Amino acid sequence: MQMNVASPADQVTQQLARRARWGLGEVVFWLAVLASIFLLPSRHLILTEIAILALFALSLDLILGYAGVISLGHAAFFGFGAYAAGLLSKYAIINEPVLALLVSGAAAALLGFLTSFLVLRGSDLTRLMVTLGVALVLREVANRFDWLTGGADGLQGVTIEPLLGRFAFDITGHVAYVYCLVVLFILFLIARRIVCSPFGLSLRAVRGNALRASAVGISVNARLVAIYTIAAFYAGVSGALLTQTTQFASLDVFSFERSADVLLILILGGTGYLYGGLLGAIIFKLMQDWLAGITPQYWQFWIGLVLVLVVLIGRERIGRWIAGIRASVERLFGAHGSAGTKSESSRS
Amino acid sequence: MTTVLETSGLVKRFGGIVATNNVSLQIAKGARHALIGPNGAGKTTVINLLTGVVPPTAGHIILEGEDITALSPHQRVRRGLARTFQINQLFADLTPLETIGLAVSERLGAGFDWWRLVGSKPGVVDEIVPLLERFKLADVMDERTATLPYGKQRLLEIAVAFACQPRVLLLDEPAAGVPEAERHEILATIAALPKDVTVLLIEHDMDLVFSFADRISVLVNGAVFVEGAPDDVARDPRVKAVYLGEAIDG
Amino acid sequence: MQPLLTNLFDGIAYGMLLFVLSCGLAVTLGLMNLVNLAHGAFAMAGGYITVILVNRMGLPFFASLPLAFVFTALIGVLLERTLYVHVYAKSHLEQVLFTIGLVFMSVAAVDYFMGSQQQFVQIPSMLQGQFDVMGVGIGKYRLLIIVLCGLLTIALQLILSRTRFGSRLRAAVDDPRVARGLGINVNAVFAITFAFGSGLAGLGGALGAEILGLDPTFPLKYMIYFLIAVTVGGSSSITGPFLAALLVGIGDVAGKYYVPKLGAFAIYTIMIVVLIVRPQGLFGRVTGR
Repeated sequence: MQMNVASPADQVTQQLARRARWGLGEVVFWLAVLASIFLLPSRHLILTEIAILALFALSLDLILGYAGVISLGHAAFFGFGAYAAGLLSKYAIINEPVLALLVSGAAAALLGFLTSFLVLRGSDLTRLMVTLGVALVLREVANRFDWLTGGADGLQGVTIEPLLGRFAFDITGHVAYVYCLVVLFILFLIARRIVCSPFGLSLRAVRGNALRASAVGISVNARLVAIYTIAAFYAGVSGALLTQTTQFASLDVFSFERSADVLLILILGGTGYLYGGLLGAIIFKLMQDWLAGITPQYWQFWIGLVLVLVVLIGRERIGRWIAGIRASVERLFGAHGSAGTKSESSRS
Repeated sequence: MTTVLETSGLVKRFGGIVATNNVSLQIAKGARHALIGPNGAGKTTVINLLTGVVPPTAGHIILEGEDITALSPHQRVRRGLARTFQINQLFADLTPLETIGLAVSERLGAGFDWWRLVGSKPGVVDEIVPLLERFKLADVMDERTATLPYGKQRLLEIAVAFACQPRVLLLDEPAAGVPEAERHEILATIAALPKDVTVLLIEHDMDLVFSFADRISVLVNGAVFVEGAPDDVARDPRVKAVYLGEAIDG
Repeated sequence: MQPLLTNLFDGIAYGMLLFVLSCGLAVTLGLMNLVNLAHGAFAMAGGYITVILVNRMGLPFFASLPLAFVFTALIGVLLERTLYVHVYAKSHLEQVLFTIGLVFMSVAAVDYFMGSQQQFVQIPSMLQGQFDVMGVGIGKYRLLIIVLCGLLTIALQLILSRTRFGSRLRAAVDDPRVARGLGINVNAVFAITFAFGSGLAGLGGALGAEILGLDPTFPLKYMIYFLIAVTVGGSSSITGPFLAALLVGIGDVAGKYYVPKLGAFAIYTIMIVVLIVRPQGLFGRVTGR
């Protein structure tokens, strides 16, 4: 490498800019997603589910992959947003769905903010327990207040007005799919800016070494609260999308299985480079769909088996097996992941 | 002589153990103050107290006239007090460029900037470049910290503290664990630190201490045993006794 | 006064049952630093084994209790040596995901083989009904639970404090590396302890089928209760989880009786509050983990 080609200042700027540049793989990915609108019309229903799941997984990646906060109850925010959207529509508080979506997300963000202090202290195990507890409490609340939420029967009578007053949801789910994709893409772009920003860098620092982070002047707790709130917003939006596209909300939006599934998705797809949730959601949903087709009642057994195998084999070994593929994929998707640039890193 | 950092009656007890025993230090502005003492004397505890990692049982810490005893570590950094750790505390997955870029961005107030790219705030890159060059990290700026040789990591440890533009820099055994071949880089870097930065240095390497320090405090069993100019301390028989482990009477 | 005492009695029975169910989890967490969310699956196994032995094979109830313990302990040893041993060194998150996977598998498998309906153990007639002591209803079955679990707790405490195995176990909990250095076969201690803990869970499941309800979703339903007992009680002693389990048991029964709208709330909220104030649990030591 010639050192006298570019001045040091230029080199520094170049290196920093490299992170945020769009990789070829990223462009291909989103073009494929765009194409799916037109090329796969018959699969829009399942694709909508994948999009919602992808957004949910993305929200967990923000706290797990970037800030290092483990949560076993992320469904709390998903469910809160889902019920918020349902109630806003059912009781005609906010009729326009996009506005209702934003308000539901904001409601989930508020919940995230209020519960964020719970994950600031304690070990990983404490965080697991506390986040699980919060999700269970919410489920109980929804169950008890059945005069409001419909309890175990679910929230009935949710009707969704046309988007922005113009685009009505149709039976074939095309409008719903495009709606979810647009929301996913916009929120993804914002998340992308966040992780490439100084704030995003500080999150990776907090995750890597919180002691050193505070020794550099970073208020660790404030950063964690911020990203936890943002992640709760994203999760709430994904829950609201589910309610709006299915016109129904039930207690299982808070379920433990939902929180566990999204963890599995991130394990499958990888954490810390933003696309893990998206790719993982595709893999997971297709796998689940295929398994449910084979054994409609017992597909959860095979999901459990996948979990066990993935952990046993270990992500390092899996990572090594497909190391070459993964490195090229990451290079294609751009170098804005939370891992290093030159050498292969092992994801913890 | 203005005192830039002082402690008054600083005490730290861990259960029944008195790790820091009524330590009162006065560190002058621009000083090169060394803190030495046998193993287990409590030197790192003093640094931890000064930086707020550990709360004191009693006593006060005053930085440039302001009582910072109740402030959290990151707040003290913002007020110009930075440290290095005895065992490197770095970000394994970040590169030196990112590490220093982070420290600079934070100092320039970009910590919550979520929209702009790292380094795009005016002034950030201009600060990063001379830091990389001063600490000999320009050639490895894009490598993962975990893959760097130990000497480079140690330089990065000092660089990141320095990137906070501290008025008082606390160095906890900067040359510790560094192989012979790489020590001179560390020593030269420390010697070249600007005169207006006050340095408090913990070290075991006596060559470094006596060539660098203009004032030495000797810490024994958590208390300041002897304090003075390097020559005086070097000649003091009590100091030799403490280091050689002989019994001290009365 | 009577309802209060009855509730207290029921709560104590529930709490002691919970303790027997979760002490295995507390010990494996404290000993092997292993988060085993599948612990409830062993309890479920014990319950179903008892159902098969008593209902289908006609064994007497009291005879099938120790058999449930033994069978579940054997399953525990098998799984420990083949599967769990590989995740000891992994992060808590990976252990959580691994054991969640085991739970999913066990829930589906039991559903497949035994059906999804709730199973009832045919308890002997002498255990049915209750004594009336000064207007307080003392359920006979619950009394049995208190007696049995109380004896088990005392036995556990004695084993830990009086036997050589107990002191080896405590040493290994305190610091596995040092314990190995002292020549203690830590692996054997792990295996035996895991088996014992699983066996206790199985016994608890057998006893608890009548009170807690036995169906394939048991591990998921009660996982949170075991975890609460362990995290609130801390994992560095037996007394911590014991007291925490009692707290959960009494709190749950009292909560559901006095404030039915809040019900299970009370337990979750207590847990969250405790963990905020003392992340290491009410009785736990602050360790590096």
